[in-house]
Order: sequence, then structure tokens, then C-alpha cells
Amino acid sequence: MRTCLVVDDSSVIRKVARRILEGLDFQITEAEDGAKALEACKRGMPDAVLLDWNMPVMDGYEFLGNLRRMPGGDQPKVVFCTTENDVAHIARALHAGANEYIMKPFDRDIVTAKFQEVGLI
Amino acid sequence: MTPLDYEYLRKLLKERSGLDLSADKQYLVESRLVPLARRSNLAGIPELVQKMKGGAEPLTSEVVEAMTTNETFFFRDKIPFDHLKELLPGLAQARAARRSLRIWCAASSTGQEPYSIAMLLKEMTALFTGWRIEIVATDLSQAVLEKSRAGLFSQFEVQRGLPIQMLVKYFVQKGELWQLNADIRGMVQHRQLNLLQDLSHLGTFDVIFCRNVLIYFDQDTKAGIFAKIARMLEPDGVLALGAAESVVGITNVFRPYPDRRGLYQPSSAVARAGAAPHVLKAVASAAR
Repeated sequence: MRTCLVVDDSSVIRKVARRILEGLDFQITEAEDGAKALEACKRGMPDAVLLDWNMPVMDGYEFLGNLRRMPGGDQPKVVFCTTENDVAHIARALHAGANEYIMKPFDRDIVTAKFQEVGLI
Repeated sequence: MTPLDYEYLRKLLKERSGLDLSADKQYLVESRLVPLARRSNLAGIPELVQKMKGGAEPLTSEVVEAMTTNETFFFRDKIPFDHLKELLPGLAQARAARRSLRIWCAASSTGQEPYSIAMLLKEMTALFTGWRIEIVATDLSQAVLEKSRAGLFSQFEVQRGLPIQMLVKYFVQKGELWQLNADIRGMVQHRQLNLLQDLSHLGTFDVIFCRNVLIYFDQDTKAGIFAKIARMLEPDGVLALGAAESVVGITNVFRPYPDRRGLYQPSSAVARAGAAPHVLKAVASAAR
């Protein structure tokens, strides 16, 4: 079973994402900010990270930079999932190593399409 | 809705659009036509039917449009587009002398399919520099064609099937919406067309996408449309059908393309391959 780390400071969003991704046969772990997500990645690299941008302690953009510099940190497919829905943010995310980008609000169809796009479904 | 009203609508929809509604689809008719009746200041479907019987042609057209399904998204099912991408170098080789390519999207709905093909071709610019590329998008509904022409899509629509890199590359953000760049929009010609009518004026094509529309037709109608399409496809051309569609048991004019799920080739091409194999070989070798 593939694993996905869901990183978002909103417990509601984490719950919705968990429900969708479990329905797509992913095993889910959760983190509420970038720092906790990095700790989770040190314990074990997930196959995918669903990543919010704006979070306390460490935001998603900073997390992504740190992740990609870690040993094995180039492996997880990173899908941003954020309310930052302008071209400038999308371009920054792609430049930093994001594989896909979801603009909130999202639903099951969008998550499925994006995870298909990165080859995990 | 009375059984007589339902029968009237079933017959009319079959004649006008080929839509083959089974006897148990009253719920579908009600869900689509009650809102239309209210917008037209009519109490319900019986009044709508009465007005149609009185010869209200614009209203009848609206009913037909409301009953057609326009579900679509960018690069829908992905595989046919991957196959097309792999087959295009062979087609380019086969068309090198005339340097032109014609692609038809029948039932193109709001444009995601023809624009997906346009973006795919744009990604292969080196192959087609200086070529005349025509992508013809047709649909029964004028309303969806107008939306397609505008090339404006919601945030929801651009997130279903469209890789994020392509969104950044080929779209401009317009408030809450995203608009395709003018050069991509300019690659697609739009025409209103009913697949039940004569199609020969469209000419012949190298690639035809006719996906997720024939499922709504009965077997005889499907066979008739396949026969017309076969006359419009070059002998070495490619037909793409929807994931739930097939020619098997309906027609012999097309055969499944070997190892290309969802793609079909004219049966005449298979017979012709022995006598004039150069074109098919070019397509096949590029496909490998």
C-alpha cells in the first residue's frame, strides 16, 4: 500500500484529505506544520506528500526546500494543496520541486486526477 | 409527466439527436427539463410538451440541448492522448509531402478535448513547423460551442486532467477563471453539427476523436455513424472512441488498433496494408 503524508494546519482539511486518499488506497499519516512533517519524513519517506502552503512554524514552501535537500528527499511526489491560486505561487512551487498543484477548494475528482498525473494511481 | 408526454419526448430526442432513452429514464428527463420549463415560465413538463407540440422551435432546440450530456475534462482517460502522441511522428512521416494534418473532435462539448489535442501538438512543435494543422471541433449544442470558443474555464475544470505545467504554460488567469492563450484557441475551429445528418461536407481527416457520445445511441444509429465516419477517415487514419465504447458487434468498418486500447483503424487499411504497406509501416514504426 502506498503512503501519503498529509500536511495542513486545518484538522478539517486533513480529515477530508485522509478520507479521499484512503479511498484511493493510500495509508495516511498527518502533520500540522512543515517542521512536524520533516520529522515524519526523517522517520520514513512517504510515497507522496499533500502539502498546504500557509502554516505556522514552517510553511509548505520551506518544508519542500528542506525535503528535497534530505537524503532520499527527491523520492516523494509532492502535491501542493493550497488557497494560493495565482500563477506566481504555482511557478515558485514547481521551481522548488513540487510535482503537482491543487488549488483549494478541492474534491475527490481533483485529488484523483492529480495523483494520477504524478503516477501514483 | 404523463406516459404520453414521456413517449413524445423520447421520440423527439431520438429523431433530433439520436439519444436513445430507455423506458426507465423519466427521472433524467425531469431533472433536466423541469428547470428549463421554469426558466421558460412554464408550470412543468406537460406545459413544455404542449408548447413544443404547438411548434415552438427555439424551445425544442433548448430541450434537445438540455438532454445532451456534456461531461468532459482535459486529457480525459489519458491513454488515448498518450497513444496519439506516440502515433503522431508516424503520421507526420506519412504526411511529409503534403505537410498538413486534419483532426476532428466529434461531440467536442465545452472544448477540453480539442484543446487537449491542440496543446499536445504544440508540445510537438518541432515535428509540425510550417504545417497546416486543422482541429475541427463539432457539437450539437450551440451553447457548449460558445463556451468552447471563449476558451474560459473554471478553477475546477482546469484541475481535472490538465497537468499543472500546462496550466502555467498555456493559460492566463482572468479573475476566478483561466483562459487558454490565443494561439491555442486559434488552432481549433468550431462548427455546430448533428452526427445524424450528412457529414461529408467536413472532408476527410487523419485523426477522429468520437468519444463518449455513441453510448447514447442505439445499435443501428451507431452502425450508421461508424459507416459515415469510415468514409471521412484517411485509410491510414486513426479513430479514438471512449473507454466504454467499442466497434465490436456493431460494425466491421473499423478494427481495434493493435496494442492501442481505445484506438481503431479502418478495416480497409488492414486489407490494403499488404498492397501498399509504406504508410502503415511508417505509422507503426514510429509507434514502437
